[in-house]
Amino acid sequence: MFRIDGGSGVPVYRQLVEQVRREVMLGRMDPGDQLPTLKEVVEALAINPNTVAKAYGELEHEGLVVRRQGVGTFIASAPPARSLAAPPALLNSLLRWVRRAKDAGMSAEQIRGLVAVALEEDLADEAAPRRTGGVA
Amino acid sequence: MTAVMRTDGLGHRYRGGVCGLRDCTLEVPPGRVVALVGPNGSGKTTLLNMAAGLLPPSTGTVEVDGMPPGERLDRIGYVAQDAPLWPRLRVADVLEIGRCLNPRFDTDLATGRIHQLGIQTGARINTLSGGERAQVALTLVLAKQPELMLLDEPLSNLDPLARRDFLTSMFAACSDTGASVLFSSHVVAELERICDYLIVLRAGRVRLAGDIDELRRIHRIVTGPTGWLASGGRAVINERSGGGRTIALVRSDPSNLTGPGLEEATPTFDELVLGYLEDDEPIAEEALA
Repeated sequence: MFRIDGGSGVPVYRQLVEQVRREVMLGRMDPGDQLPTLKEVVEALAINPNTVAKAYGELEHEGLVVRRQGVGTFIASAPPARSLAAPPALLNSLLRWVRRAKDAGMSAEQIRGLVAVALEEDLADEAAPRRTGGVA
Repeated sequence: MTAVMRTDGLGHRYRGGVCGLRDCTLEVPPGRVVALVGPNGSGKTTLLNMAAGLLPPSTGTVEVDGMPPGERLDRIGYVAQDAPLWPRLRVADVLEIGRCLNPRFDTDLATGRIHQLGIQTGARINTLSGGERAQVALTLVLAKQPELMLLDEPLSNLDPLARRDFLTSMFAACSDTGASVLFSSHVVAELERICDYLIVLRAGRVRLAGDIDELRRIHRIVTGPTGWLASGGRAVINERSGGGRTIALVRSDPSNLTGPGLEEATPTFDELVLGYLEDDEPIAEEALA
């Protein structure tokens, strides 16, 4: 089931989408597994049904889930490649890196910050060619 | 998609010349849960009262399903602030009145909900807790099976569990019947998980209205050295300075590129709402008169 972090600033529908993606990526949900029904999510979390419908719609659009009318929503039998379970080697090397950071005296918060900076720099490099000109 | 409610140039001036609402033009799309946000005295209750047909417009028009609200009362469910019900009546009497006054009243739904909530039908209204009274008022509205629910500060006196029960009931009704909800509140923090459409009122005027995700998409929080705004040419909604930095909420335009030294981010729901609640646009004295 889902959890909502009200203080995160991340839109609720996006939190739902990311939690399903993460479950699949970590291999906790497999193709054919059923997601909770819209009604179950609304009752459990007291959130707007339109928000849940939007999240499921987005997951369906990207091919991660399929909706069967009157039956429910299921993890697709062939999810898109970028949603597949992460190779265990990647997680293991990240775990080793996290341990090194901890040994160097870094807090969990600092480690998260470092990962965010690394991600941002990588994305900025990718986007660099389009970033020309000043303030319009 | 036809709007379930539409206002055009709607305004109301109270006796003594106090302006409750002015020049309000907006649409409530069907099937949405709409947050009506604004400080005290910004016109939320005035708008709800006019939408419920309780208050006549001084200017402009309001329509529910294409007709004046007075001719659509069977499709409108209204829970006024603090869920007022006759205090000396018993719950069963209140439900009976609901049945007699509303042609489409679903008595089974009403009694079923009251039992499910563990409220005694023989109890007098003035012996119920605030949460129970709110639930009885909501039950009346749900059993009426309206297309438009108008709820004025419905959560204001409820404890966290009662809020959750109230919201779950409201959402179940929305997904079962496709009803739209116009929901006023001045507590911003909890609205993001409740609503998908936002209307911000300030000093009797509509400052912002639209789908929440779309509104976040077309706004930016821009941080830069103090004074960067002068070089902007952007539509600045609100800005604050401190420690040599200026943070501004701006309406973004795809042609606006990031300038040197500026950082941009998508506003959170709270940043968007608070930015508009305390926007920098001066309010003319005339508007307050």
